[in-house]
Amino acid sequence: MTAVWTTIGVLTVVSAAIKATGPVLVGGRELPGWAARIIALLAPALLAALVVVDTFADGKALVLDARAAGLAAAGISVALRAPIIVVILVAAAVTALVRAVT
Amino acid sequence: MRATADRPQARPAGVRNWPLRAGIRAGLPLMLPTFAIGLSFGVLAVSLHWDPAAPIVMSIVVFSGSAQFASTSVLGDGGTVLAAVAAAALVNARFLPMGIAAAPAFKGGPLRRAAEGQTLVDASWALANDEGRFDRGILIGATLPQFVGWVGGTLVGALAGSAIGDPKALGLDAMFPAFFLVLLAPELRNRRSLEVAIGGAALALALVPIVPPGLPIVAASAAAVVGALRE
Repeated sequence: MTAVWTTIGVLTVVSAAIKATGPVLVGGRELPGWAARIIALLAPALLAALVVVDTFADGKALVLDARAAGLAAAGISVALRAPIIVVILVAAAVTALVRAVT
Repeated sequence: MRATADRPQARPAGVRNWPLRAGIRAGLPLMLPTFAIGLSFGVLAVSLHWDPAAPIVMSIVVFSGSAQFASTSVLGDGGTVLAAVAAAALVNARFLPMGIAAAPAFKGGPLRRAAEGQTLVDASWALANDEGRFDRGILIGATLPQFVGWVGGTLVGALAGSAIGDPKALGLDAMFPAFFLVLLAPELRNRRSLEVAIGGAALALALVPIVPPGLPIVAASAAAVVGALRE
């Protein structure tokens, strides 16, 4: 248990430092134009990466499992303009269903 | 959802116009998925024979799902404290570019900015982002319901633990990619953003087998740099 509590303590400090870095270093200054152009495109880049890694990665392995079916169902729900909460529940339900039958 | 922040001031002045209000409302749909993932985390931690207090304290003070899962799985595999912290730091390295992007939205001196920066989480960052400009009320406000969901879920998972069984059987791990897809969808209507999204996704997937977990997400930032250079 000592390792667990030590990890929690150190990680609290490290994680807080990472999150504070941008806001403290950049301050309230407006960023230059080139930086603003990159930042405007960070959302599609990072969100797309989060979607595919959360769906197709298992540690360092690439896998095609029940989560892919859940994501596909979520995609259809998004296309049908379903509310966020419905999209999330559909993804979980389809993933659970596929796991139950395979 | 972004539009709620810009609604004309029809309400009476005072508490109702508290700037975080729109953010809290924007973050409410996130309480369920964060509760569900928090519950999964609590169950995982007690399955590794952790004292139930540990995951609960960790969710309060670390408050970062991906970093907590990463460090916990390293410890569960017999890794050292250093390895566990390093894995979590890599997973959370995306908050460096995200924090730089959102920096102009925070207020006050270095200490206050450092404190406000602690509210950075993926979903709030994406909700507050309007073409690279960030709404402070949403950035901070949308995190509050997620904090409640995250800590509450961990509490239930850690205390109910074995009674819940395997959270994966309920498909809870598919909730976050589905949520990120909802946030990504409007970006895909713009041709340049669509190209950057495809580039970021391809780069991240290509790196998964090669680099430690977490880094593929950070590396996807390169797609935004390439996209900006081509403008």
